[in-house]
Amino acid sequence: MIELQDVSYAYGGEAVLRGMDLTLAPGSFHFLTGPSGSGKTTFLRLLARQLVPTGGTLRIFGDDAAAMDRDAVAGVRRRIGVVHQDLAFLDHLSVAENVALPLTVAGRSDPEAVRELLAWTGLGSRARALPPQLSGGERQRMALARAVVMSPDVVLADEPTGNVDWEMSMRLMTLLVELNRMGKTVLIATHDLGLIRAMKGRASARTLRIRDGAPELAGAGL
Amino acid sequence: MRRVLTLLRGESGAGRMVPRTGAAATLTLGASAAMGFLAMFALALTFASGRLADRWSDGLAGTATVRIEAPRAQVEPQMRAALTVLRQTPGVAEVRALSAEERAALVAPWFGEDVPVADLPLPILIAVTEAVPGYDAEGLRLRLAAEAPGAVLDDHARWRGPLVAAARRLRLLGWLSMGIIALSSAAIVTLAANAALAANARVIEVLRLNGARDDYVARAFVRRFTLRAFIGAAGGTALGAMAIALLPSADAAGGFLTGLGFRGAGWLWPLLIPPVAGAVAFAATRAAAMRQLRAVS
Ligand SMILES: Nc1ncnc2c1ncn2[C@@H]1O[C@H](COP(=O)(O)OP(=O)(O)O)[C@@H](O)[C@H]1O
Ligand SMILES: [Mg+2]
Repeated sequence: MIELQDVSYAYGGEAVLRGMDLTLAPGSFHFLTGPSGSGKTTFLRLLARQLVPTGGTLRIFGDDAAAMDRDAVAGVRRRIGVVHQDLAFLDHLSVAENVALPLTVAGRSDPEAVRELLAWTGLGSRARALPPQLSGGERQRMALARAVVMSPDVVLADEPTGNVDWEMSMRLMTLLVELNRMGKTVLIATHDLGLIRAMKGRASARTLRIRDGAPELAGAGL
Repeated sequence: MRRVLTLLRGESGAGRMVPRTGAAATLTLGASAAMGFLAMFALALTFASGRLADRWSDGLAGTATVRIEAPRAQVEPQMRAALTVLRQTPGVAEVRALSAEERAALVAPWFGEDVPVADLPLPILIAVTEAVPGYDAEGLRLRLAAEAPGAVLDDHARWRGPLVAAARRLRLLGWLSMGIIALSSAAIVTLAANAALAANARVIEVLRLNGARDDYVARAFVRRFTLRAFIGAAGGTALGAMAIALLPSADAAGGFLTGLGFRGAGWLWPLLIPPVAGAVAFAATRAAAMRQLRAVS
């Protein structure tokens, strides 16, 4: 599904990520962890083709990320749902319109699916609100609803529990586990080891920890 | 047609994704109105000078006359001598002495119906039709002076030569003005579009992150600016057309001034101004959007 061969990335100076060899298999569930600034967001940006590797080969759905044209990139983003760390909402559009955005820009419309997703994330009564009027937890759930509105094969979530209390964090995790049970490939980046420990028993999740610029599988002793 | 309708429906679809572009859109509307007004006059000038050049050069292609001014006894021999000289002159296509009736007809308009022009002592006239290329007027004058001293070459149409050249130059300047107006419009729309694109940089980024193709993002801006340019230019053109239609008529004596209006089907030409303004805005905005998009992943 997504394959990395000796992939590295540098913003200009020294490489933030390097020597990454990794495969995300269909239907897999991963946590990605590491201290702040270790490169979690950078890694997710590579997978969503927001960044192009400065070294090595990244294949997304079989295609070389470095060789994609801009329309192909748009196509990849329709198959990979992302909960961005900064959420990336359009504040002049309603919650429902923001959730429907990936459909809208693809020239499609599916009010039924949007309604169902809002209900699933508990935002049914907030459909007409504007994003700035929502609480932190509501905003995170809204971002998750938008990430899956296109029924993507892959869901990437960058710190989806940032600014959210413990109970809401668990609720969000439950939604992500549900998505994985539906067959989607899920990867959650978080610096919160407590969250990963709490999820240990509830999902067949594997944990990748970024060490020396490369994510590697962490053992049981987190 | 379908496209125009979609356009007129306003900020639907892609357009709704982009928040209002206030000042930039208003600037496009106002500048397009001004440009439409100016284009209307440039067009009128082009057409008027074109008609003038055509009319005057038609006169040029006409004839010159040779008039015999001599004592009565000399008239006949000098006319014959002049005819001989003219027939031998290269660049003269046709030579013909005018009959008494033709001469009378020429002066009739100046005297009116009541004067018995047939009785007037009218000078002998020879009509000379110029060939292409024409004759050497100075050379011909010298030879006529030698062979028929009473013969006066009156190449009345020749003085129009510089006027025709001036009218043609004026027409060229008219086209040039329209080109400059189109380029200025493109520059203004480009500036306005760049301002709108920069103000919406984050929106563009979010649209791309959510799987929007470049085409989709560009369309949101292109529609808005094309519509503004079209409506603005239509308003400006309409005002310009009214101003021209209301020009006080200066009748035949006015010549050029009265020629500034459009005639009949000529009024259809200004209808092209708004679509051309729209097309210019379309191209300018699309180019600006595509340039801006290159900075977004
Ligand atoms: N746009 C950028 N330009 C330059 N450096 C950046 C940029 N984004 C992130 N970095 C740097 O890359 C490193 C990894 O950042 P990031 O991927 O955001 O880490 P994390 O998400 O794990 O906190 C940090 O040192 C950060 O300062
Ligand atoms: Mg981060």
